[in-house]
Amino acid sequence: MKILAIDTSTVMATCAVLDEDNLLGEFSLNQNFGHSENLVPMVKTLLDNLSLKVSDIDLYGVAVGPGSFTGLRIGIATVKAFAHVYNKPIVGISTLEGLAFNLSHRGIIVPMIDARRNRVYTGIYKWENGYLNNIEEDTVMEIDQLLEHLGENYNNIMVNGNGINIHREKIKDKLGDKVEFAPNIHNTCRAASIGELALLKKDHGKLSNYFTLVPEYLRESQAQRDYKKKERDN
Amino acid sequence: MDKDIVTLAIETSCDETSCAILRNGREVLSNIISSQIDIHRKFGGVVPEVASRKHIENMNLIIQEALDEAKMTFDDIDIIGVTRGPGLVGALLVGISSAKAIAYALDKPLIGVNHIEGHICANYIEHKDLEPPFTCLVVSGGHTYLIYVKDYTEYEMVGRTRDDAAGEAFDKVARTLGLSYPGGPVIDKLSKEGNPDAIPFPRVYLENDSYDFSFSGLKTAVLNYINQARQKGEEIVVKDVAASFQQAVIDVLVDKSIRLAKERKTDKIVIAGGVAANQGLRELMAQRGQEENIKILYPSNKLCTDNAAMIGSAAYFNYMKNKVSDLYLSVAPNLELI
Ligand SMILES: [Zn+2]
Repeated sequence: MKILAIDTSTVMATCAVLDEDNLLGEFSLNQNFGHSENLVPMVKTLLDNLSLKVSDIDLYGVAVGPGSFTGLRIGIATVKAFAHVYNKPIVGISTLEGLAFNLSHRGIIVPMIDARRNRVYTGIYKWENGYLNNIEEDTVMEIDQLLEHLGENYNNIMVNGNGINIHREKIKDKLGDKVEFAPNIHNTCRAASIGELALLKKDHGKLSNYFTLVPEYLRESQAQRDYKKKERDN
Repeated sequence: MDKDIVTLAIETSCDETSCAILRNGREVLSNIISSQIDIHRKFGGVVPEVASRKHIENMNLIIQEALDEAKMTFDDIDIIGVTRGPGLVGALLVGISSAKAIAYALDKPLIGVNHIEGHICANYIEHKDLEPPFTCLVVSGGHTYLIYVKDYTEYEMVGRTRDDAAGEAFDKVARTLGLSYPGGPVIDKLSKEGNPDAIPFPRVYLENDSYDFSFSGLKTAVLNYINQARQKGEEIVVKDVAASFQQAVIDVLVDKSIRLAKERKTDKIVIAGGVAANQGLRELMAQRGQEENIKILYPSNKLCTDNAAMIGSAAYFNYMKNKVSDLYLSVAPNLELI
């Protein structure tokens, strides 16, 4: 079985091909260029080098969020179209779970993706009996609030994601020796992680399809929030 | 005749998710349009993020519906057309990402299409014998162009708006009159009951030889009229304001179109874009066309709204001229026709 995985939820555009036993190839570019221009050419380069075609892919994995709204839609629209043409299943994977999966830490793992204005997308993950479990659901919160929560409830924390570079000093300040920072290479989204998670989850009722799969934004649009506020105020 | 070319086309430039299947650029086998108009109405206009979210939810359902209705599968598709601009960037990205992935997966040519060109090509679908050259008036929410269509995919821009697009003026006037969104069709409907000569709003022709348009002065005149009447406590006869405003817009549109057709000696004027559905515009143009012996053509209402069939037609004619995109195709939110 061949799995093609894609993650464009952050500045990193990344795609990978795996089978049950191996990571066959991964192509990741962490540069602020347009994902929409480059994603399909990247996938083509990867598949060409593996002498594969889209029709050889049996299963798709894609990061469904949280992350850049536009980035998520580019990756998801691309994967949905591939899956649609050859009628193949898709497994949507949390971007944060994908990030946590980069690490093999014994304590808790707290991935953080910058959500701007001092907020991060985050969740709490832990390896237990060979499985990466989600201890606290993905959410968006103020960095200060998150650090306070972590400090009160956890020890032996490892953090990763693009949020830790932005808030590094603050994290050190608040969590001191309770926290370890992941090395830089594990700070970015990796399609290989998304792909392996997709393979692990496909047998657990997590299969989605090209009609129903949608991004997990974790936030309503600004217009929708404003509208609800106006309704409440009236 | 050469082998038939089957086009799958996708359009997501604004608030319609659409997919169509065409044979040879003129024959529509399916044209599925999912309008979000009810969703955006409560916001009083199209909200880009809301539109983009709806596009990604709908996209593959609409594609499947288009294939089903055309009784086709992906295997039958020869080329893929997609709108690359102008439009809302986030909305365009959904369509273009889908189209690129389909083109690569099928290993078929991808053609990025200019949305405005699509509106013009809607007429090739509607009028099977229509061939260039002709004079073309493009009027929509965002654009007002007078174009000399030299050949398929070859255009000479003769005039354009220097400020507001015609459709934009309709929307602003409608909002000030407290009419529902979108404003164009409501004003058109009210105009039928109102007196177009009730209020002498200005007709802006610019320089004598100019084919450009300007609607901001007219818009301001209408808004001033409404505000002054309100201040004086005078009753505003909404249908008369609507009719007088609409007449001021279409008088200029029609005059300049007829003048260009005569200058270029084309026997046809083709109307394209969302405002091509305007009854008042169609009627005045038809009347003036008859006087001048110029044939007036416009698409049916369904083909006037944003739809993928028109994009598919444009894609076909571009493909026939070897204007094909590669997989690096990017969106162009501010794309001009030429
Ligand atoms: Zn349009």
